[in-house]
Amino acid sequence: MAEFKLKIRRYDPATGAAPYWDEHTVDLEPHRSVLEGILQARDGSDGSIGVRCSCRSAICGSCGVRVNGKPGLACHTHLDDALASAGEDGVIEVEPMGNMPIIKDLIVDMDAVHWKKIQRVTPWLIGKEPVPEREYIVSRESMIDVTQSMACIQCGACVSDCLSMEVDPLFVGPAALAKTYRFVGDPRDAAHEQRLKDLGEDKHGIYDCTHCFKCIEACPKGVAPMNQIMRLRRIAGNDFQIKDRNNGERHEAAFVKNIEKNGILHEADLLPDSYGGKFHPRAVPELISSLPIVMTALLRRKMTPAKALLHPHKASDGVKKIFEVVEGRDQRNEFNLYISGTDANNEGTDDVAEKIEVAEPAGVAADGSEGSSA
Amino acid sequence: MKVAYWPGCVSRGFTSELHGSMAAVAPMLNIELVELDRASCCGAGVIAEHSQELADTLNARTFALAQQEITQGADLMMNICSTCQGAQSECQQRLDASAEYRAQVNETLADEGLEYQDGIINKNFLWVLVEDIGLERLGSLVQKPLTDLRVGPFYGCYIVRPTDRLDINAAQPRDEYLGQVIETLGGIVIDYAGSHKCCGFPIITMNKKASLEQAGRHLADAVDAEADCLVTPCPLCHLNLDLQQPMAAKQVGRELNMPVLHLPQLVGLALGISPEELGLQHHIVKPTSVIDWSQAVVGGVGGW
Ligand code: SF4
Ligand code: SF4
Ligand code: SF4
Ligand code: SF4
Ligand code: FES
Repeated sequence: MAEFKLKIRRYDPATGAAPYWDEHTVDLEPHRSVLEGILQARDGSDGSIGVRCSCRSAICGSCGVRVNGKPGLACHTHLDDALASAGEDGVIEVEPMGNMPIIKDLIVDMDAVHWKKIQRVTPWLIGKEPVPEREYIVSRESMIDVTQSMACIQCGACVSDCLSMEVDPLFVGPAALAKTYRFVGDPRDAAHEQRLKDLGEDKHGIYDCTHCFKCIEACPKGVAPMNQIMRLRRIAGNDFQIKDRNNGERHEAAFVKNIEKNGILHEADLLPDSYGGKFHPRAVPELISSLPIVMTALLRRKMTPAKALLHPHKASDGVKKIFEVVEGRDQRNEFNLYISGTDANNEGTDDVAEKIEVAEPAGVAADGSEGSSA
Repeated sequence: MKVAYWPGCVSRGFTSELHGSMAAVAPMLNIELVELDRASCCGAGVIAEHSQELADTLNARTFALAQQEITQGADLMMNICSTCQGAQSECQQRLDASAEYRAQVNETLADEGLEYQDGIINKNFLWVLVEDIGLERLGSLVQKPLTDLRVGPFYGCYIVRPTDRLDINAAQPRDEYLGQVIETLGGIVIDYAGSHKCCGFPIITMNKKASLEQAGRHLADAVDAEADCLVTPCPLCHLNLDLQQPMAAKQVGRELNMPVLHLPQLVGLALGISPEELGLQHHIVKPTSVIDWSQAVVGGVGGW
């Protein structure tokens, strides 16, 4: 047994009193969880500590908290690990998750944010018609692929730390978008295009993610929500040519074209091209609004007019060739680490059959027939 | 030491003062820069968003070019952009994972006579400073310690997450290096909420309001923590934090005036290089506090 000091953030909005920190010393074996520590404090000294939990084995997703500032499952964080990441005073800090209102102490309102967003994305399978007489036959790889997003236990840790949601509470968010991929990646689902169109037309949808990796870092189940969001964008843009309302697809296309042409990024073209070209109606207000900045930049000689207008750099033949070959392929190759693992890990197993996943154009069923996308 | 040097695109475009200050600082640290001028943009995550194979192949080509320099005596590949670090590490992780996939990518490079062999070492200047040059040596080179200069670190997402891919751990706390460097240079490290958050740059064309709100908040947090300036190893962060700062200030509805320095500029100041030579005058937000500091007669000079 060993002693651990826990500092718990207490807050009860019903009382009108301000939040405060509360310190408890618990006596537990180091491999025991932070949750057990909290429960010992609650049962031993202060019955009023609000905490939610059920399974205590990282399955139910109810015990999401922040430990030393990092979101995760209290039941899945060992006390010795928590101590290692604690500050110099050796006190383990436990706080409620972020981006959600606090009900009491460590209990946040998952309904108000997390579940509302999950419901937003039609979180069920929309089966293809006509329903086959027997089971749907799907390829093994396509199912391994969606198991990554299926592994989600709805704990909300990713939502807690999402940096886009911090500034834009309407953002659909990592957990719900990972859930979206769970169906867009599923060959049995009939509504891939509609789902993507819906989330492309929503200004707070798939193009509102700022690519900050916070959700990947937060998730205790390896769901990697951001990676799923990037795949949603890939499928929306490449397979369905969906034009979203954030200009995300156009920005991506402009960026890729820019590099194909110049080899390195020519920023002066990127902004107008992202809005459809210098003379596109949407580009004009955008360019005018950034004019003061461009002027200051010119004054500080950050940009020279030559730099802003000319192309000092041309892509080499080597770079051009890469674009030709890769963009010329009939199918997009995606090396998916989640499915294939690494050579080092796979050593000794000879059943790593299909390592390089050929991304199935969405909307095409496993047997090659067009899915109904009406 | 000699490095195969990938400056990135933005450091030769909108933030050319970064490339220039790196070139000024390198000889003083005894780093020979061999520029990879045939290499292409890393894709900044955007090309991978379009096609992973495309991003992987472009970066495999860059790595192969760097490896040619490494066979000729360079110690490693070095970049000066958090985003390059992250985007390139991501591609490298896939390329190094599978010989079969690597072979496929190398086939595309074969025409140019290039081949990527797994295991390249590619480090941001920040990592090189701490891990290869060493804080002790860096400290011994300081001519003009940053005494009393209050500096807030701003890392950029791509260089601190995901921790496993970037080999960040207790033995190698790469997410604390900026603070260590600031301290070694004699400055005061400012702790503020935004240091490891996102500057918002990736969504500047998609959700400008949210993007500027992010930049504005972090800058405001730094103002509240009484920082004199921020320092970043990422030119893209610099774009959102400095170039866009007037707009960010409007978005959050308050004055900010927070100068943002590129990492080599901060190092350069402490090594005694003049602010002009480091290109500080090209910044949108005038680094008045920093210049005042650099012109003041500081008690600690010489005796540090
Ligand atoms: S990567 Fe996107 S979804 Fe994930 S936390 Fe960041 S902004 Fe949110
Ligand atoms: S994706 Fe991960 S972090 Fe987010 S709710 Fe699901 S399990 Fe929790
Ligand atoms: S991340 Fe930026 S600077 Fe680095 S290569 Fe890509 S566009 Fe260029
Ligand atoms: S802070 Fe923003 S620009 Fe900087 S690395 Fe992160 S996402 Fe990129
Ligand atoms: S109590 Fe169920 S996940 Fe922690």
